[in-house]
Amino acid sequence: MLKDVTIGQYYPTGSVIHKLDPRTKILFTTAFVVMLFFLNNLWGYLATFLILATITLLSKIPVGYIIRGIKGLVLIIMLTVVLNLFMTPGTTIATLGPLSVTLEGLKVATYMALRLIFLVVGTSIMTLTTSPIDLTDGMEWCMRFIPFVRRYAHELAMMMSIALRFIPTLMEETERIMKAQKARGANFETGSIISRAKNLIPILIPLFISAFRRADELATAMEARCYRGGENRTRMKQLAFEFRDHASLVLMVMMIVGLYLTTMINIPLGFPI
Amino acid sequence: MTMDVKNKMIDVRDVYFSYPHHNENEAVHALNGVSLHIEKGEFVGIIGHNGSGKSTLSKLLNAIIFPSQGDVIVSGLNTKDHQNLWTIRQTAGMVFQNPDNQLVATIVEEDVAFGPENLGVPPLEIRERVDRALAVVEMQAYAHQKPHQLSGGQKQRIAIAGILAMEPECIIFDEPTAMLDPSGRREVMETIKRLNRDKAMTVIHITHFMEEIVDADRVIVLDKGKVVMEGQPRTIFKQVKRLKEIGLDVPQMTELAYELRGEGLKIPDDVLSIEEMVNALCQ
Repeated sequence: MLKDVTIGQYYPTGSVIHKLDPRTKILFTTAFVVMLFFLNNLWGYLATFLILATITLLSKIPVGYIIRGIKGLVLIIMLTVVLNLFMTPGTTIATLGPLSVTLEGLKVATYMALRLIFLVVGTSIMTLTTSPIDLTDGMEWCMRFIPFVRRYAHELAMMMSIALRFIPTLMEETERIMKAQKARGANFETGSIISRAKNLIPILIPLFISAFRRADELATAMEARCYRGGENRTRMKQLAFEFRDHASLVLMVMMIVGLYLTTMINIPLGFPI
Repeated sequence: MTMDVKNKMIDVRDVYFSYPHHNENEAVHALNGVSLHIEKGEFVGIIGHNGSGKSTLSKLLNAIIFPSQGDVIVSGLNTKDHQNLWTIRQTAGMVFQNPDNQLVATIVEEDVAFGPENLGVPPLEIRERVDRALAVVEMQAYAHQKPHQLSGGQKQRIAIAGILAMEPECIIFDEPTAMLDPSGRREVMETIKRLNRDKAMTVIHITHFMEEIVDADRVIVLDKGKVVMEGQPRTIFKQVKRLKEIGLDVPQMTELAYELRGEGLKIPDDVLSIEEMVNALCQ
């Protein structure tokens, strides 16, 4: 059920992209996402596509694997397309009963679909090429530059890494509880959606109780190991920018400028949009 | 008993502790006047059945909770003094029962580094400490693994490494083997005994399994929040009847010797191991 979602998974290939400092990748991805929202013509989207294609090839992650990540979002993309197609006012080019498709609607719908796909592919390349720990460390560093969030940077990063640590433990536990409930005659496979949802209660309650107990014990164990927040704390692994990171950041600036310049191109691409 | 103050690792002086309850009359009195001391380099076993106050005692030694009355002195520092808090927690490390609920990081070596990172140790020194600690528990090969891929015994050894990396003088083990299978239990016990024997680490081992403390230097028996017996394992375990009265087992061989004596066989009452039993029977 959840195995098709590739967002947030790590896919090690040892490529250049994998070796980049997590902070570089976070900054690059952020710039990329922001730029996506400035694009206003097909030239821009074409340029973005080329950038994404280059990065994907460099990362050595199979293209099919990345495309599978979009599959989970097909529904959201379709919905956006349909809504924009029919709801945008402008020159009507086709009618379908009470609904009409406008030229502007077609344009907005295409752009939105492309934007969403690029957004998902761009961010999933970041998570596919960065191990969760590196990602957390990188985010902790980046959060230090965001006002208001800065004060909680360490805590938020610690929360994320504990969540990552306990996902497999809690998954195992869920499986165990499910088996135990099945042995007692619980039925998770048949019945209406509502009754199946109700049947989840005997799984969720023990799971939550145990999660709270774990949290309590973990907090005690952390305190016993002298944990007292981020102040005066050191790290064994230090993040370090290398030549490839500096080069990537130069490329990032070039990307920002380049994509911004495409918004000024006024040459029609042969399509009405 | 007189002894040099310098050799005192832990000194518990007439300590009372009760867990708060919304109704004051129903407050749970976990400890009712406990006094004991632990010397440097000693291996002390603490036993007692559920609710005897042994877990409460362990948390007091690590300054996780504080006595309602009396004093706990760790390496000359009173736990009541909040300035001493972090030094005490660093000096007296603690390993808990559930191996899953005390590992913090997603990678083994990162978890071992957690303690020294909290202490603000410089990065290069953390690296050295982590490598050394993993070597002591013989888990170097697993440095880059994820904790959930390890067995219970291995996880517990990582937890021990995490404490060792903080360079404590004393480690308190709060039922570290209770959730492990027999082979995991053996791994962990071998590690604990090796720490005490080879590294002269002071060990306080709280347990349900009597076999684990037959070669301890001293055994302390807790019941209803009080120290009821204290002495060498041999002198404690031969009091089979008294231990049974407070709901405790004795090592299997001691129990067998007790039963055989009841049947009229002439066997010493302080048999602890299978070897000793064989010798006693063959005489």
